[in-house]
Amino acid sequence: MLEVKDLSTYYYLEEKIVKAVDNINFSLDKGETLGIVGESGSGKSTVALSLLRLIYPPGRIVSGEIVFNHKDLMKLTESEMIKIRGAKISMIFQDPFTSLNPVYTIGDQIAEAIELHQGLSRKEAWKKTVEMLDTVQIKDPALRIKDYPHQLSGGMRQRVMIAMALACQPELLIADEPTTALDVTIQSEILKLLKELQQKFNLSIIYITHNFGIIKEICDRVIVMYQGKVVEEGKISQVLENPEDPYTKRLIDSLLALRGK
Amino acid sequence: MRKNRLAILGFAALCCFILVAIIAPLIAPYNPDEIVESQTLPPSWSHLFGTDDLGRDIFSRSLYGARISLTVGLVAVTIAVLIGTLFGAISGYYGGLIDSIIMRFVDVMLAFPSIFLILAIQVMLTPNIYNVMIVIGLTSWMGVARLVRGEFLRIRELQYVEAAKAIGCSNFRIIFRHILPNAQAPIIVAATLGMAGAILTESALSFLGLGVQPPMASWGNMLMDSQAYMRDAPWMAIIPGILILITVLSLYFVGEGLREKLNVRG
Amino acid sequence: MRKYLFRRLLQLIPLLIGVSLISFFVMHLAPGDPTALFIDPNVRPEELARVRANWGLDQPVYIQYFVWLKNAVLLDFGRSYTTGQPVISEVAERLPLTLLLMIPSFILTLLITIPVGVISAVRKNSWFDNGFTLFSFAGMAIPTFWLGLMLMLLFSVKLHWFPAVGNIILPLITMTIGSLAGLTRYQRAAMLEILNQDFIRTARAKGLPERIVIFKHALRNALIPIVTILGLSLPDLFGGAFIIETIFAWPGMGRLGVQSIFQRNYPMIMGIVMFSALLIIIGNLLADIGYALVDPRIRYEKK
Repeated sequence: MLEVKDLSTYYYLEEKIVKAVDNINFSLDKGETLGIVGESGSGKSTVALSLLRLIYPPGRIVSGEIVFNHKDLMKLTESEMIKIRGAKISMIFQDPFTSLNPVYTIGDQIAEAIELHQGLSRKEAWKKTVEMLDTVQIKDPALRIKDYPHQLSGGMRQRVMIAMALACQPELLIADEPTTALDVTIQSEILKLLKELQQKFNLSIIYITHNFGIIKEICDRVIVMYQGKVVEEGKISQVLENPEDPYTKRLIDSLLALRGK
Repeated sequence: MRKNRLAILGFAALCCFILVAIIAPLIAPYNPDEIVESQTLPPSWSHLFGTDDLGRDIFSRSLYGARISLTVGLVAVTIAVLIGTLFGAISGYYGGLIDSIIMRFVDVMLAFPSIFLILAIQVMLTPNIYNVMIVIGLTSWMGVARLVRGEFLRIRELQYVEAAKAIGCSNFRIIFRHILPNAQAPIIVAATLGMAGAILTESALSFLGLGVQPPMASWGNMLMDSQAYMRDAPWMAIIPGILILITVLSLYFVGEGLREKLNVRG
Repeated sequence: MRKYLFRRLLQLIPLLIGVSLISFFVMHLAPGDPTALFIDPNVRPEELARVRANWGLDQPVYIQYFVWLKNAVLLDFGRSYTTGQPVISEVAERLPLTLLLMIPSFILTLLITIPVGVISAVRKNSWFDNGFTLFSFAGMAIPTFWLGLMLMLLFSVKLHWFPAVGNIILPLITMTIGSLAGLTRYQRAAMLEILNQDFIRTARAKGLPERIVIFKHALRNALIPIVTILGLSLPDLFGGAFIIETIFAWPGMGRLGVQSIFQRNYPMIMGIVMFSALLIIIGNLLADIGYALVDPRIRYEKK
């Protein structure tokens, strides 16, 4: 359903040009979970933002095709792209503390997307919001809906982000390190939730992280990024057992060392 | 970048003004207090800025006025920075009750409209250039205090301060040798911007007659009598104001440039 | 929120005491006998002695302070030297005129600074932004009184559009330009900082049109620093009033203050100092209330 060809995104800074994403290719099938793994600075977050064309100056998508359901997203106008974001492709971010607007209730923020993309009335959108909150396993959704983000815990905020992203039932969810900022116990809860929701909504997921352990848990395939390039690609089991690239080997080794396996 | 160019421009202008102020006695065509004409004359080749209502050459007065305004600005801001740094350092370093007391004091001082407070003080004393500098300094240290306190609160928590304490440095030593040098950047920026403010305040005071006293020429008091002559001799009002504007603007540009260069937050 | 406001109100008291202490201290800088503060020293000696005993001026300084404070609380600041009227009534008479200048200026400033700040931030480094930044710097560097003079020169003397005194327009423009200049810069900086926040990225990722991202999500957050900055601009606004009223002969509290300074009308001077400080403190309290209204993190406690 998604095919990325020769994507390059550069940042034009004062002193130099940073090639955050340098000519990468990958693809994703429906219902699949693709992991993108790499260290900070490898370009993985930039890939995610590029898919939604959320790159702003001094950054620019320099070249490439992003073919989503047989349409090249690079050829769409901004107003067409707006219809895709949040509705067909959604994204959740790393830090739930800063990724939600502090001055609006969580209900407002979720209902907003529903009203916009599905053209529902305020009341109907609000009702759907309560349902979504329930789906992401937030207790007392009808009460919680009027809360402000600062009144909720980190794990709950992330669930709200997920609810917001899935409210319009997108086909693809891009998750940019959604659990990195959370406690380990909450991490596994969120991962479990994502797996359940994937089943329920028949989602395809691109999961970005620096943690190979998480990749192992929920991804079908993985691509390894290093300094803007894809250095390895393949099925999870394959890559773990027979990593071809030395960098991949190092990543896996450090993971195993930590785990003590 | 644009900001850099402006900062350099401002710096150049400032240097010109400072230079001119220093060599004023050498380049002034006339004695600033001497009456050389019998009436107000518009700007001409013999009188670049014209003459004022008493017949004195405005260009010469402006040159000497530069000395006054720049000196007052410099001294006043120095006083303000010294007081502010002292209070801010103590407040930020020791924290606790003394911090609360000092900050309350800052709040109280900030509750006064400073211009009026200064005017009130000046009229109780006899205004002259010396108490202008001191009074302005005494009423504009609060911003620096808050700034320095913030820096101290931040730096106090850093590792090398812990290390210094661990090897037994006295508090005094820690404050002056370890923390303060690292807090310089925002202080320098604040001092530059503070000098601009001091010059503006002095000019307002002198304009009202409670600052630098005639016949000593300050750009502010040169404007004092200009209001009555606006119709007939507008240059009396226009020129000193432009000089103040350029000086203060230059200081702002330099201050902002320094802020960028030294990476200080607004 | 109630706790927050209550705490703020409580903090007023030490603030007012501090202000009164400093005012009292400044008063004692006046040459001669402290009777100068309450009554014209050129009055007959018996009258002077009576007043001294009455006000307890033969008492030690701290008692004098409490006497003064007691009277101040009752809003008795003595009588004006020049008119003999109670200070408080003269101030009350002139205050509305000053407010007539300050409030419209404040509102005008708000109405201009917010859109300009937003557009400057959104269209960073455009002609609009650069132009307004230059205007801001110039506006901050101009001595307020000189700006007033120049406007007077241009519009009254040369163009004859407005009379130099008595008309509200020129003083209003002078005051507004002064506060506008500084505030626009802060507004722009605040807006820029907000536009860099993560939740803006989330809003865009949700598929919201840019218009909504800026005016609904960003702007609403920008109100928080705006309220803070507006509160901080009050002392300067007041200070400006003193000078502007003097230049344009606007008969408000500011002009009264400056006149009484030249008349050595000490009771009036002290009354106005205390009063302006009080108004500034109240203004800050209002800003605190505004702040609480605008930031839900203050209004609602964590659960």
